[in-house]
Amino acid sequence: MADKIATREAYGKALVALAEKYPNFLVLDADLAEATKTVGFSKAYPDRFFDMGIAEANMMGVSAGLATCGKKVFANSFAMFAAGRAFEQVRNSIAYPKLNVTVVGSHGGLSVGEDGATHQCCEDIALMRTLPGMTVIVPCDGNEMTQAVEAILNHDGPVYLRLGRLAIDVVTDSVDGYKFEIGKGAQLRDGSDVTVVATGMMVQMAIEAAEKLAKENISVRVIDMHTIKPLDTEILLKAAKETGAIVTTEEHTVVGGLGAAVCEYISGACPVPVIRHGVNDEFGRSGKAQLVLEKYGLTADAIAENCRKAVAMKK
Amino acid sequence: MTTKELALIAAKARKLCVEAVFNAASGHPGGALSSADIMTTLYFERMRVDTENPRWEDRDRFVLSKGHSSPGLYGVLALRGFFPEEDVKTFRKIDSDMSGHAEMRKIRGIDMSTGSLGQGISAAVGMAMAGKLDKKDYRVYALLGDGEIEEGQVWEAMMAGAKYKLDNLCAFVDVNGLQIDGPTSVVMPSEPLDMKFEAFGWNVIKIDGHNFDEIISALDAAENCKGKPTMILAKTTKGKGVSFMENSVAWHGKAPNAEEYEIAVKDLDKIISELEGK
Repeated sequence: MADKIATREAYGKALVALAEKYPNFLVLDADLAEATKTVGFSKAYPDRFFDMGIAEANMMGVSAGLATCGKKVFANSFAMFAAGRAFEQVRNSIAYPKLNVTVVGSHGGLSVGEDGATHQCCEDIALMRTLPGMTVIVPCDGNEMTQAVEAILNHDGPVYLRLGRLAIDVVTDSVDGYKFEIGKGAQLRDGSDVTVVATGMMVQMAIEAAEKLAKENISVRVIDMHTIKPLDTEILLKAAKETGAIVTTEEHTVVGGLGAAVCEYISGACPVPVIRHGVNDEFGRSGKAQLVLEKYGLTADAIAENCRKAVAMKK
Repeated sequence: MTTKELALIAAKARKLCVEAVFNAASGHPGGALSSADIMTTLYFERMRVDTENPRWEDRDRFVLSKGHSSPGLYGVLALRGFFPEEDVKTFRKIDSDMSGHAEMRKIRGIDMSTGSLGQGISAAVGMAMAGKLDKKDYRVYALLGDGEIEEGQVWEAMMAGAKYKLDNLCAFVDVNGLQIDGPTSVVMPSEPLDMKFEAFGWNVIKIDGHNFDEIISALDAAENCKGKPTMILAKTTKGKGVSFMENSVAWHGKAPNAEEYEIAVKDLDKIISELEGK
C-alpha cells in the first residue's frame, strides 16, 4: 500500500503529470492555489494557469468562455465556493451550454476541520447532481484521483470533481483489476450479507468496517461509488439482489447526496433496506478534522453498526 | 455601409423584434429596441463572421450579456443571414429553438448562452483570454444593460479584463436608464459609470447609442486602444422606434396587444419607408 496522500495532493500532481500529454487544458483558481494544490501546476506551466482572484462567479463564467473557444478548463476553489457560492454560474454558464469545464471543489465535507461550518461543504454533491448533464466524481484515494483526472481529460462535457483535505490511505492500488472508469462503480470487496456503497474518504472506513464485521461472520460487500452521477445502477441492482440490504456512506449530508441517489434508484428497481450514513442534516463545527469526523459519527464503527441494523432489517 | 443603410437594417430588426414579442405574447422589447443600433453596427459593419460556418474559429464573437434582449439579436442575426426571418416569428414557442434567452447550442450565430444577468461578460472575458492564448486576432464584443451592471459579477469581470490587458475585448453598456422596477437612478444608482469603469482599468468611451457614426468611431477607438479593454457607454432610449414604448418602464418586459402592435408596426414602417426614400 502506498503512503497516505490527500486526494487534493494527488490531483495537483496529476495536473502537472498530464500537462504535456494534454496541451489543451488550462487551470484557473480563485486565490486558493496553495490549498487546492494547483500551485505546482501554476509554477510548472505559468502560461496555462490563471489566478482569477477571490471571485468564483467570474471564474466560472471565464471558464465557460474559454471552453467555447475549445479549451478544457479546471476551475478550482473550495467545494463551498465552487459548488455553493457559484452554483448558478455553474448551472447557467457551464452545465446548460454543456461546456468542457471541470468544476473542482477542494476541501469537501467535514474533514476541513478547524475552519468550521462556513467552510465545511456537505451539500456540494447534492447541488451538483441536480444539474442535467453534470458528471459528479468523488475519488476515494490518490490512485483513483490520478486516474480520474486523466479520464476527465478524455471526457466530453461538464464535470464536478470533489477533493478532500486529509491525507488518507491508498486502497484501490491493492485491488486486483482495479481501473477507474467514469460511471462504473468499483467493487473493492465481495460479500453476501450487506453492501456498503461508499464514496470519497468513507471508502476506506467502509473497508475497515467490513473487516471488523467479518469477525462477527457478517459478510460485507464494499462498492466504491466514485461517480455519483451518472450512477452505476447495474452494480447497485446486483448488490441489492445478491446481498438484500445496502448501507450508503458519505462525508456529506444524508439529504440529496450519494445515499439519496441510491435510494432513488433502488426504491424503483429492487426495493431492499437502505440505510443512509453521513452528516445528519446539520452544520459542521470547528475542531481537529479527526475529532470532527468522530463527533458527527463518520467512523468505521458507525458504518459497522449500520450494517448490523441493515442485516437485521432483512429478517 | 452607409449610416442610412445601417439605420434601415436596424429598423427592420426592430420590426422583427416587435413581431416576435407580439407573436409570443411574451418577451422584453424595451431593451432590445434600445440596443438594436449597436447590434446592427456590430454584425453589419464590424464583426468578421461566416454565416455558412457560424462556429468558424477565427470569427469575432458577440456575447449578449443582457440576454433578455434576444428578440433584437435574433432579428439582427436573421437579417445578417444566419437563419430565416420566419424563424424569429417563432420566438418563445414550444416547438421552436428561438428560446426566450439566447441559446448557443440551438441557434446559429449565438456564441454564448446567456439570460442570467452578469454572467455573459465573464464568458466574454474568457473568450478574449483564449484569443490571446492562441495568438488569434479575433475580437470579442459584449453588450450589458445598465441595470445588469448592478450584479457584482460584472465588476469581478471588469477586474479580470484589466488584469489580463484584454484589448481584444470591447463591451457596451446600453444606458437606457430604466430597469424593471423603475429608473436605474432610483432602483440602484450606479453613476458615475465612466469613472467607475475607468477606475477598474478600462478604456471608457461615451457615445449616443443611436448615432451610427459615433458607434463606428468608438469601435475604431477601441481597436486602436492597446493594453486594456474598452467599455463603450452608449446613451440610448428604451423602446427606441416605437412611439408608445419609448422611455417607458412598462415596456421592459411586456408584449403589445393587437391594437398596440398595429401602432408599433406603423411607427417602424414609417421609419423604414423614409429610409428607403419612398
